[in-house]
Amino acid sequence: MFENLSSKLQETFKRLRGKGKLTEADVSEALREVRLALLEADVNFRVVKDFVARVKEKAVGIEVLEALSPGQQVIKIVNDEITALLGGTNARLSIAPKPPTVVLMVGLQGAGKTTASGKLSAWLKKQGKRPLLVAADVYRPAAIKQLQVLGQQLDVPVFSLGSDADPVDIARAGVESAVKQGRDVVLVDTAGRLQVDDALMQELENIKAAVHPHEILLVVDAMTGQEAVSVAETFNQRLGIDGVVITKLDSDTRGGAALSVRAVTGRPIKFVGTGEKLDALEPFHPDRMASRILGMGDVLSLIEKAQAQFDEKQAMEMSQKMRKAEFTLDDFLQQLRQVRQMGPLDQLLGMLPGMGQLKQLKNVKVDEKELVHVEAIIQSMTAQERRSPDIINGSRRKRIARGSGTTVQEVNRLLRQFEESKKMMKQFAGMEKAMRKAGRVPFGPR
Amino acid sequence: MGWFDRLKSGLSRTREGLVGRITSIVTGAGRIDEDLYDELEETLIQADVGVETSLHLVEHLRKAVARERISDPEQLPGLLKDRIREIMGQETAPLNLQSGGLTVMMVVGVNGVGKTTTIGKLAQQLKEEGRRVLLAAGDTFRAAAIDQLEVWGQRTGVDVIRHQEGADPAAVAFDAIAAARSRGADVVIVDTAGRLHTKSNLMEELKKVRRVIDREVPGAPHETLLVLDATTGQNAVQQAKAFSSAVDVSGIVLTKLDSTAKGGVVIAIARELNIPVKIIGIGEKAEDLRPFNPGEFVDALFTR
Ligand SMILES: Nc1nc2c(ncn2[C@@H]2O[C@H](COP(=O)(O)OP(=O)(O)O)[C@@H](O)[C@H]2O)c(=O)[nH]1
Ligand SMILES: [Mg+2]
Repeated sequence: MFENLSSKLQETFKRLRGKGKLTEADVSEALREVRLALLEADVNFRVVKDFVARVKEKAVGIEVLEALSPGQQVIKIVNDEITALLGGTNARLSIAPKPPTVVLMVGLQGAGKTTASGKLSAWLKKQGKRPLLVAADVYRPAAIKQLQVLGQQLDVPVFSLGSDADPVDIARAGVESAVKQGRDVVLVDTAGRLQVDDALMQELENIKAAVHPHEILLVVDAMTGQEAVSVAETFNQRLGIDGVVITKLDSDTRGGAALSVRAVTGRPIKFVGTGEKLDALEPFHPDRMASRILGMGDVLSLIEKAQAQFDEKQAMEMSQKMRKAEFTLDDFLQQLRQVRQMGPLDQLLGMLPGMGQLKQLKNVKVDEKELVHVEAIIQSMTAQERRSPDIINGSRRKRIARGSGTTVQEVNRLLRQFEESKKMMKQFAGMEKAMRKAGRVPFGPR
Repeated sequence: MGWFDRLKSGLSRTREGLVGRITSIVTGAGRIDEDLYDELEETLIQADVGVETSLHLVEHLRKAVARERISDPEQLPGLLKDRIREIMGQETAPLNLQSGGLTVMMVVGVNGVGKTTTIGKLAQQLKEEGRRVLLAAGDTFRAAAIDQLEVWGQRTGVDVIRHQEGADPAAVAFDAIAAARSRGADVVIVDTAGRLHTKSNLMEELKKVRRVIDREVPGAPHETLLVLDATTGQNAVQQAKAFSSAVDVSGIVLTKLDSTAKGGVVIAIARELNIPVKIIGIGEKAEDLRPFNPGEFVDALFTR
């Protein structure tokens, strides 16, 4: 089924090849296919809708990088956006200042909570922690036994009060027992439940109130369909989840649920389960997940290569301009756009020796939303104004503000920022010369 | 309350989700236009029907509207219903139970979909129908899976044949069949460990279980039931394909329909693979099992 979509996608992108700028029609056409690909990957409908709208806004009018075809450019934007939406790598649990840290594992039936609890305890042990597993699933037959067997295999103690006790009491007593035994992390394995089961959701709220968990982890099966949004929304509303564990990623699912869950909760995906073995728990890699959901690995690696070549070439040109102090507002705009793709300029420059302290850097921080205005402002200038901003007097400023739908204050700020960057560039060019002499090229291939 | 009514109430959420929205779209729309088709498509996709099948269904509507010069949007749900019913089949597909001699059933699926629970429910129902049932604890892999089935055996008063954890599941099936013969049981249901359909060694293991059953009872298993979780998205199609080609699935059990999940992927599976859905699971208790009747299912889906 998907092979069809994928090749259809390729077709569309081939047709897009050879244009200079992405037009609205180009982007719309490409995004229609992207939309289908994401839906086929089980990304929730609402999430897809939002996503496509946002990408469209960003993509239209974007200059196609020299080494890329316009189609590749669209894929690149889409892939970058999915990666950004999925968030960073975050294989961490927040550890309580005063032990024990309490972690609550929650989710639907069959999601893989018990196995994930076992895996997490093994991972914690490796970090030098002393975990305790607490068996609070009193409903599913032999769920307690399952956790006990895992504990035995992993040599991690398991606390249980049998299946007649109340889960809230079990959790509370489990934490007390951890304090007595000197265990520093408590992992509470709860029964699977439907998010629409009010009584059982209330039970989780009661457990939360009783043991004040430091981390509530929602365990989600990677194969989940459209329902993922409702599950994540409800669990998050009622409990306030802190993170997500995606399980069964060793299947061939495209895993769109990961994107859905992340989009509606804003909570980080902390771990992924990649097998039945108890060490098959891995940190989450947003880039890998993005290309998996998009399903276009080959195209993406092609883009990566082309991009690397392009970056090198552009960096050279830019550094040439800097040295000659030919830096114009056009360059400024282009650079802002590029910076957005590479990461914050201040961070980038901060990595270079001696640059971190430059006070001007504070003022060139790029706000994503501001960028839209900046673009509008620069586009409202005449070519001459862009080349020599010195001529932009009061009445020109008013005209530019009107033309770009912004205010004179914003135009002023932009011009100030531009001047500051220019100053900085000069300084930077000077440093570059010095470094070149010393055999270092800061703007060389990254 | 008859079973149809219970099915209806069990499916009420599914129905409200799918039909409720379609109906409100239709009554709110006033006329048939592109927006209406788009919204219908959205509704189907949100029910996990999948892109291709949703597009197919909407395309079908378009053609019907053009052909029959339909202008009243309120006719669309009926047309959609007819088409889905056509895909799902009109007849209830009953379990293939032998009238004389031993019936062997095998239950397969990925991890956590509800295989063991379904077996517990089936044991209960078959016993109520007066059959003597024996369960085979063929999940020798997952921790405490054997005990889980044992609990279901106790709940329903049905014997469980078990080996050690880690034992060969085919040997468990073999023993269960021998025990069924000596005890005069009518039905053996073989549980299996959950496995991802992408793991070829585990799929081979499943084939072996099936071969042993076939060798011991020629023509068996009489049912190879694939359990699918209604919460699962389009990957269910992949699961159905892989399990089918490995062990020749004879029917599908669709579980967790008591959730708000719509289980619409079943329509895609029926369309692509033509495997009948035989049973649905609508809860965690022994009685939460219903026969899947395609006609009534779609009726319940579209009845206000
Ligand atoms: N709500 C609901 N839960 C179910 C249903 N069927 C099974 N479950 C639950 O799903 C979880 C996994 O079931 P289990 O039978 O152990 O799955 P298996 O790994 O496929 O054998 C358990 O918590 C069951 O109680 C159903 O129809 N509805
Ligand atoms: Mg099982």
